[in-house]
Amino acid sequence: MKAGGSWRRTADRVYALVSALLGSSALLFLFMVLAVLAVFGVPSIIVNGLNFFTTVIWNPGISTTLTTIRGFPAMSGASYGMLVFFSGTLISSGLALLIGAPLSLGVAIFLTSVAPKRLSTSLSFFVELLAGIPSVVFGFWGFLVLAPLLFNYVEPAMAQYLGFIPGVGGPVYGYGLLASGLVLSLMIVPIVSAISRDAMAQTPVELKEAGMALGMTNWEITRKVVLPYAKTAIIGSLVLGLGRALGETMAVVLVSQSALNVLPKTLYYPINTLSAFMAVTFDSALTDPSGMEVNAIAELALVLFIITTTANIVARLLVRRGFISSAEHLVQV
Amino acid sequence: MTGLTVFSIVLVLVPLADIIYLFVIKGLEVISWPALTTITVGTGVEFVGGGISNAISGTVVLMALATAITVPLGLLGGIYMAEFSNNNKFSEALRFVSDVLAGNSSMVVGLAGYFIFVLYFGWGYSALAGALTLSILMFPYVFRTTELALRKVPDDIREGARALGSTKSTTINRLTLRFAMPGILTGILLSVSIGLSETAPLLFTASFSNYNFNGSFLHTPVGFLTYIVYVYSQLPSNSAHNLAYLSSFVLITSILLINIVARVVVRRFSKV
Repeated sequence: MKAGGSWRRTADRVYALVSALLGSSALLFLFMVLAVLAVFGVPSIIVNGLNFFTTVIWNPGISTTLTTIRGFPAMSGASYGMLVFFSGTLISSGLALLIGAPLSLGVAIFLTSVAPKRLSTSLSFFVELLAGIPSVVFGFWGFLVLAPLLFNYVEPAMAQYLGFIPGVGGPVYGYGLLASGLVLSLMIVPIVSAISRDAMAQTPVELKEAGMALGMTNWEITRKVVLPYAKTAIIGSLVLGLGRALGETMAVVLVSQSALNVLPKTLYYPINTLSAFMAVTFDSALTDPSGMEVNAIAELALVLFIITTTANIVARLLVRRGFISSAEHLVQV
Repeated sequence: MTGLTVFSIVLVLVPLADIIYLFVIKGLEVISWPALTTITVGTGVEFVGGGISNAISGTVVLMALATAITVPLGLLGGIYMAEFSNNNKFSEALRFVSDVLAGNSSMVVGLAGYFIFVLYFGWGYSALAGALTLSILMFPYVFRTTELALRKVPDDIREGARALGSTKSTTINRLTLRFAMPGILTGILLSVSIGLSETAPLLFTASFSNYNFNGSFLHTPVGFLTYIVYVYSQLPSNSAHNLAYLSSFVLITSILLINIVARVVVRRFSKV
């Protein structure tokens, strides 16, 4: 009996240990990713220093001669600056948030307070489908439909009638900042609206009834009771959406026209982002005889990692646990 | 105000409807048995035509391998979090790390995958390098949904089993896991659809191949569907565009199917 008992306890302990070990693969994954990016990024950090953050020009200088800078091989005439990609990332994601936030809130309010229950359930399904569409398919759609639409109709009209606003006038390109911002905004709507909707749906009935007792209209209850109640979760969901937009790759590659060495001056300019540039350039970077371009791309990855992780930490501090990941609202056990 | 909310849902649903409509129409125009069962002919710079069987077989292999790696790790990790960890500091750290992984750009993970698997391990562009990179991206979804699904199983069940003299291991395997299974399956399906949608991390780990998967997991590039959408949509020829349409169609229908299966699983089995 006693021996049997200890054997069973051992089985439990082994189970706990093995499962803890396998769960720790999260740590291993993150460690591996950060370690290799750091190892490959260090030469670029040493060679480029602070210039990396303040330089517009990205030029691997492939056709020139090999030299040594601060102990590392590099091509003479090479210049590595992330400003175009860094600013493109922030501006396109900011634009996506600017468009996507009111849109997502509208959707969330419609689903919780306006639509009848059955309509709301099926519409939620469709909005969440949007989250499942591969980003490269989004990009393909933007490439085929959205950007030409912008180029032929929307942007010329905007430039003509709103051109007095700085950054809205000037020549139009179709593929560029506005197209990227719009595609990204569509991509963050599902996650932002799903989390906001869940948070708004959790408003205690008593609060809403109190509002009704005061003679508030449906809209007043939404604005003065439901929205303040869900405020933190909504802000958190927006930051989470921002994190997604910051790291998005393929959709931006297909609609941004991959700008190089030029900063956007208007809403229509070709742009580039950190992740999109990495995806497009990495193959040719492998041919750099000094290897420095690969190092510089690893440094770009580190920068992107820091930006998205910061956004995520902020979001998770704001969103209460239970609303957290995009996975979770799909699990209705 | 009601009008504004209706307006915003219309603004969201119109592009969605257009995306589905466009790729279903175009997909049905170009779909044929030969297009699905023959390999791609030509590369980026020359004339591209033929079919997408290399991409379909490659995607199936990559996803099967990635799922086979992800599920044991994520499932047992989730069991640890919900059943053994007692919310200790270590489990909080794991949860945080998993969220950081999930929130990151897949491009960053793909680049790291290249450095680790292709370069350092010396596997070259290969199915295993691609699948392992994908499983880093898929892991958090299985991990977190398993934990969540297990936490939703009422404690009465655990206590009842304990009162009957069952060990913790037996309780988990025979009872708790069964009750949580719909949620866990949903998480697995979700992670599969996440992996299926990825492009960037595979570009530098699986590369691409015009040939069907030949059974070797190392040193052999494999094709995948999202590559065809990305690269062939940018080529000038109609035959290349048609392959991109067809791949988009296959991707969208597969993901739609996975979504529907996930919902059916939840509906059917959550009442057990």
